[in-house]
Amino acid sequence: MCGAPAQGGTLAGVDLATQTVIQGSVWHDGTPVAGAYVRLLDATDEFTAEVVTSPEGEFRFFAAPGTWTLRSLSPIGRAERSVAADVGLNETTLAIA
Amino acid sequence: MSRTDVLVTADWAQEHLGQPGIVLVEVDEDTSAYDKGHIEGAVKLDWKTDLQDPEARDFIDREGFSALLSAKGISNDDTVVLYGGNNNWFAAYAYWYFKVYGHRDVKLIDGGRKKWELDSRPLSSDVVERPATQYQAAEPDTSIRAFRDEVVAAIGTKNLVDVRSPDEFAGKLTAPAHLPQEGAQRAGHIPSAVNVPWSKAANEDGTFKSDEELAKLYAEAGLDEGKDTIAYCRIGERSSHTWFVLRELLGHENVKNYDGSWTEYGSLVGVPIAKGA
Repeated sequence: MCGAPAQGGTLAGVDLATQTVIQGSVWHDGTPVAGAYVRLLDATDEFTAEVVTSPEGEFRFFAAPGTWTLRSLSPIGRAERSVAADVGLNETTLAIA
Repeated sequence: MSRTDVLVTADWAQEHLGQPGIVLVEVDEDTSAYDKGHIEGAVKLDWKTDLQDPEARDFIDREGFSALLSAKGISNDDTVVLYGGNNNWFAAYAYWYFKVYGHRDVKLIDGGRKKWELDSRPLSSDVVERPATQYQAAEPDTSIRAFRDEVVAAIGTKNLVDVRSPDEFAGKLTAPAHLPQEGAQRAGHIPSAVNVPWSKAANEDGTFKSDEELAKLYAEAGLDEGKDTIAYCRIGERSSHTWFVLRELLGHENVKNYDGSWTEYGSLVGVPIAKGA
């Protein structure tokens, strides 16, 4: 399995004592954005991974502790934010202006 | 071979929808995207259930590939136009796979499904049925597929291109960051490999960078054009993307894709492993 699994849903089976999970959702005008492309960039702005948001606008990455940039692309616009992640669950929101 | 022989724009694909002799094929690991909406007339190929042997870790055999394409309604003379999600990873894998089995005319839609969606181009949920054909696959062309022994022998002599992310190359991660971290027994990379992440060859919308940008990228990474090249990643689909760039877009000769990739190499007993950037 190398492609992105379905986004969102339960974290059952994910060991939050060892995994660094960065997850959240993409919003626009008070509504979650389904089908947005969310890119995870590392501290040097290098592309690391990309997923497509779920019908509820959710995304999830399995990363490592450190500073990351999240960037979403969709036909209605872009959003970006920086995240300092630690081992465990790191939650955030991307808002398209 | 040039860019226009192997790569078409989304505009071109839209203008040629339904044209006889052209078959659009969406290739993904998870085909639920296809089921919700696909380019009109496109048939689907599932990277795992259609293209992988159900027991052994290998391709389906020549007879199996012939039967698969016959059932999908694809003829030997058809122009096969591939696209998919994940920045065309699996479509590029299928491109390489079709070439292994000798299909003559194969093309990728530049940007794949992402570019198509970001452009808000139309998608259809209609069921696509094509009449069955009598497809005849060729003997596998192993001049473009690398196996583990030649990869080990290539250390320090051929170009080895590791196309995974820098953290996977360094041994900090063992899988792409959208997946749980599992896979090979050991993390790191093949000694003497250069790290040119597949993503450096693509623009943000999933289209390939220009030939000039691509040539500069691999030259600056230290790829010696006078040597044979083997590309690898974790399971061989991201490296198909780079194989496509090096052989089909830039016209390098003797480029192989190592589909065993890190999940095989990183679990071999007794082979050397390098860590760090």
